[in-house]
Amino acid sequence: MKNLSVAVLVLAALFVFPVTGPALAALQVDVTQGNAQPLPIAIPDFVASDPGQAAMGAQIAGVVRADLDRSGLFKSIDPRAFVERITNINVAPTFASWRAINAQGLAAGQVEVLSTGQIRVSFRLWDVFGESQMDGRILTTQPNDWRRIAHQISDFIYERVTGEKGYFDTRIVFISESGPALKRVKRLAVMDEDGANPIFLTRGEYMVLTPRFNPTAQMIAYMSYIDTKPRVYLFDLETGKQEMLGNFPNMTFSPRFSPDGNKVAITLENGGNSDIYVMDLRSHQMTRLTSDPAIDTAPSFSPDGRQIAFESDRGGSKQVYLMNADGSGQHRVSFGAGENGTPVWSPRGDLIAFTKQHGSHFTVGVMRFDGSGERMLTNAYHDEGPTWAPNGRVLMFNREAQNGRGSQIWSVDVTGRNERRVMTPGDASDPAWSPLLK
Amino acid sequence: MNRISSSVKFTVLAAALLMSACTTKPQATNTAPPPASPPPMAAAPQTSSIIPGSEQDFKVNVGDTVHFALNQFNIEDADRGTLQKQAAWLAKYPAVRLTLEGDCDERGTREFNLALGARRANAIKEFLVAQGVATGRLETVSYGKERPVCTESNEGCWAQNRRGVSTVTGGATS
Repeated sequence: MKNLSVAVLVLAALFVFPVTGPALAALQVDVTQGNAQPLPIAIPDFVASDPGQAAMGAQIAGVVRADLDRSGLFKSIDPRAFVERITNINVAPTFASWRAINAQGLAAGQVEVLSTGQIRVSFRLWDVFGESQMDGRILTTQPNDWRRIAHQISDFIYERVTGEKGYFDTRIVFISESGPALKRVKRLAVMDEDGANPIFLTRGEYMVLTPRFNPTAQMIAYMSYIDTKPRVYLFDLETGKQEMLGNFPNMTFSPRFSPDGNKVAITLENGGNSDIYVMDLRSHQMTRLTSDPAIDTAPSFSPDGRQIAFESDRGGSKQVYLMNADGSGQHRVSFGAGENGTPVWSPRGDLIAFTKQHGSHFTVGVMRFDGSGERMLTNAYHDEGPTWAPNGRVLMFNREAQNGRGSQIWSVDVTGRNERRVMTPGDASDPAWSPLLK
Repeated sequence: MNRISSSVKFTVLAAALLMSACTTKPQATNTAPPPASPPPMAAAPQTSSIIPGSEQDFKVNVGDTVHFALNQFNIEDADRGTLQKQAAWLAKYPAVRLTLEGDCDERGTREFNLALGARRANAIKEFLVAQGVATGRLETVSYGKERPVCTESNEGCWAQNRRGVSTVTGGATS
């Protein structure tokens, strides 16, 4: 699995008409409001320079529409309502005809095939009421990477309109589940953020759990029961090789990379007791961070790498704790109702997502890193194991049905709105979101 | 004489029932209908279809499973007898090695339950070692909440899933 590459150029604005005054700042979305009022945007099928590319032009626009709709911040307008037909993206559109269908944004694009066999996709984002170009890009890649171009265009539009980085050109590593409830087969798998291109990385002859991406999205740390010995492994997506992380006589589990990718925090069990360690991937040196006789597990680094949140029952109930990256200054931060675990630091650094347990009821929520401002985002029977989109605005998690009726991946906005099921091939659990791909 | 033979017959039947409940490959001798007339005493060794020192002997005549309270890993009084029998059996068959598996119900995060399962497996190990079993004969493994034996989301089921299972992994008579 090679690192795919897409070349991006900025497409110069068209200076063909005067900029009008008052409506200039019209096209923007406040991401902190969730999907309270999604922005209507028109995205016609991309124009094809030759008829053979018409299908790809339609597919790319379709993926962009689906991406933006899924965010809950945009509402793509049904193309059947369009009045004007875009035939050349280098000519300014007739804005009145887009205002007539209440489009506030218009993203028009075209697809060309180059003599090298690559495809070149250009698009312009227009502020329909401000009658101005907001963004314009040219993206070039191999034809079979057309979905990545579509996701990158979605990211450009999302960023230009919300002021925040997007998260569509990303991947999800997860556990694919199949078989009866008492004999589940669990396989390591990756897919695009929208569920496309699922790839199975293990065959299911041994159980795998809790996969996590490294910061370049090229390496996955996960736990595997190869030879019925539960240990943390590293899977290199570039080479397809997997290797055990260290060589320990006992169970290692709950891996998570440091933000610089040079270390992995893990839990090591010894004589029944579980403590948190950090392994330096270059020197393979292990540093012990906790030594409490209680259970310490599920470590997660802060984005600056200076602190680690973790789950412990040292105070008599399972709660979220914090420590410095060297293990000093361990203290409890969750004091809300019930028990709280699996803390995961937001890439923005402002919030910690976690799993709250009330008896048999599990929900996913967020709190500030000092434990204040606790807010639950979901309310089902069993939601567990949150993971953040790289922009810190959306989370995915694992939703298990009652009575062993299976597990699915869902997403929810950090505002608690826009809860959606994520498309997976069959049942799935333990999602982990990659950073934006390079 | 009559009373003795009927009690012998009962023992044989109970063993047959246990066999069919616990094994996937029932022995042919156990599926044969019992003779109409009380069998002579010599027929009693029908129980010998379970070979002493075998995996089946351990499962059926010793008991391989103990249970735990919610979030707990201490050995319950009710289970001490089972583990004492396991230790005695291991003393009798010194070549046998066991894997001790710790399992949890669904009421814990995946990571925490892996740790809790390890605690349970280790508690069984410590009990057996205290009974004189050599540490080197015992391996532990935690499956957290990943290997339920019952899927209903209620206490009856959770109680079954919070368990420790001892499995013969080597040295058994076959």
